[in-house]
Amino acid sequence: MRFILRRLGFFVLTLWAALTLNFFIPRFMPGDPVDALIVRTRGRVTRESLEGMLTSFGFKPDTNLLVQYLDYLGHMFTGDWGRSIGQTLGEPVTSLIGGALPWTLGLVGITTVLAFLLGAFIGTVAGWRRGGTLDAILPPIFVVTSALPYFWVGLLLILVFSEWTGGLLPSNFNYDTSIVPGFSPGFVGSVLTHAILPAATLLITTIGGWILTMRNNMITTLAEDYVRMARAKGLNPRRIMYAYAARNAVLPNLAGFAMSLGFVISGAILIEYVFNYPGVGYLLYNSVQNVDYPLMQALFMLFTVAVLVALLIVDIATVWLDPRARAKG
Amino acid sequence: MTMATTTALTTAPARTRAGSGLWRAIRGNRKALAGTVILFVFTLIALFPGLFTSVDDPSELAFEPRLEPSTAHLLGTTGLGQDIYSQLIHGTRESLVIAVVAGALATVLSVLVGVSAAYLGGIADDLLSLLTNVVLVIPAFPLVIILAKYAGTGSLAVILAVLVFTGWSYGANQLRAQALSLRNREFLESARARGERRSYIIVREVLPTMTSLIVANFLGAALYSLLTAAGLQFLGLGDPNSESWGTMLYWAQNQQALQTGLPLWSLAPGLCVALLGVAFALVNYAFDEIGNPALRPVRRRRKRA
Repeated sequence: MRFILRRLGFFVLTLWAALTLNFFIPRFMPGDPVDALIVRTRGRVTRESLEGMLTSFGFKPDTNLLVQYLDYLGHMFTGDWGRSIGQTLGEPVTSLIGGALPWTLGLVGITTVLAFLLGAFIGTVAGWRRGGTLDAILPPIFVVTSALPYFWVGLLLILVFSEWTGGLLPSNFNYDTSIVPGFSPGFVGSVLTHAILPAATLLITTIGGWILTMRNNMITTLAEDYVRMARAKGLNPRRIMYAYAARNAVLPNLAGFAMSLGFVISGAILIEYVFNYPGVGYLLYNSVQNVDYPLMQALFMLFTVAVLVALLIVDIATVWLDPRARAKG
Repeated sequence: MTMATTTALTTAPARTRAGSGLWRAIRGNRKALAGTVILFVFTLIALFPGLFTSVDDPSELAFEPRLEPSTAHLLGTTGLGQDIYSQLIHGTRESLVIAVVAGALATVLSVLVGVSAAYLGGIADDLLSLLTNVVLVIPAFPLVIILAKYAGTGSLAVILAVLVFTGWSYGANQLRAQALSLRNREFLESARARGERRSYIIVREVLPTMTSLIVANFLGAALYSLLTAAGLQFLGLGDPNSESWGTMLYWAQNQQALQTGLPLWSLAPGLCVALLGVAFALVNYAFDEIGNPALRPVRRRRKRA
């Protein structure tokens, strides 16, 4: 019980810190939305009318900063996230996020889970067959791939699979805009083909980390007494590999996996940018470029909450998988 | 080889031989050797760009745009009319400086926070750990983007500050854990019993024991800084007039290099970022292997088959 209370306390405190950062950073630094709007409308609309318009969207730069701050905290919790004051002027932030979130969750979420599962499996096999072919080839390759810049791998794939092959795979947007969205085979196929290159980029750059840590954990675990004991009992090697060694070796990786799941919705900004994929990462990039406070704040809160929720889930999962953690309580 | 590295490790505390031991460890490990060689070459280029190219101002639009690679322009020219090869050479310095300086500063911060949290204990530890964990959890890249955008033109100092601010927390957590496990070791007990001052114990006894983890942290932080800075500059949040690989990538993307048949403009700087990143990662991984012999590649002595 104390453990859960501590975690909840941490949850609230971190959320508050993130929200506060996100409120004060834009306000204490140069550049403001009115200026940005004047630039965008090329000065055709007067400053006063622009200010009036922003005020009607809930942007009140003249009120006391403390009042603004308290208002902001309240709005963040009630889900009243206001309207966009950037490129998509006047549109409710919730509907903008609602439109982008499924794309990111589908693309990055599925790829992250896939990378973890595949990586853990390959790492398990590599660690189990110590000194085998797999173990000799994989580590150097994946040390290299895990150090590659995401966006550069994306550019490389675009060049090879899209430019050089005359548009074999699409590299732009999330589906073919000439197809009417719906559950038609053409549309679903278009969505899938548009996801291949960004998903491959993400898979290539993230899987290496999982393979290497899993392999190293396996090697440490295989030296444990309980594994030797299982061998001495003459258990089926397959059972030793998965139920004894892999189950324990995966534990330290779970926290990392949770973090990366939490970072799913924010971590792929560069990939979404390279592929013009209209997910939340791209949305954040645009909101920052357009000084769109309400959108930026809501997105940043969403990103932080995602990581925190993922961490909470992993705490629970660890207790479930590892009896030692349960005993410590 | 295995013999050589183990003796190198055991003799490491003898200060006079520490350097040669490290060199022997690097030479004995193929990954470490490859990483060190790449790092050395890039350092050389960063220090003396004039040795590698005769172009003094690579940003100047001095040549005809869109030239094919030739002996005069090893990698051709950009769509704007700059020599790609000389841009790469001159861009090395800023990219390397960002990685090394931000990595080093973040590591110093990690050591300060992590070790003092472990060593002070009590409420100071609680507060410092809380701070570390909060910074660790807040999504770094979105924050980096927001900070870089609002801090103005994205000058070098701004990028460095942003990278250090977001890059120290992971290391601080690890260092704190290791320092905690050291706390009750006998050699520290005996130092306390000798009546040494606290600062002496931390600087002369605790830190040397933690060297390998600190080095690993530095390499990790340098890699993080390199990739994040390149990403930031690629997005156009750096100084567009600076000479660095990330800025080259920005201009290439801005001028649609891939779509207009100038793939080298975009691929070459990316390859340099990747190579430098790989060098950091290789040295880091090799350090792991040197410190933990169980992870080293097994020599294949297959008797069956």
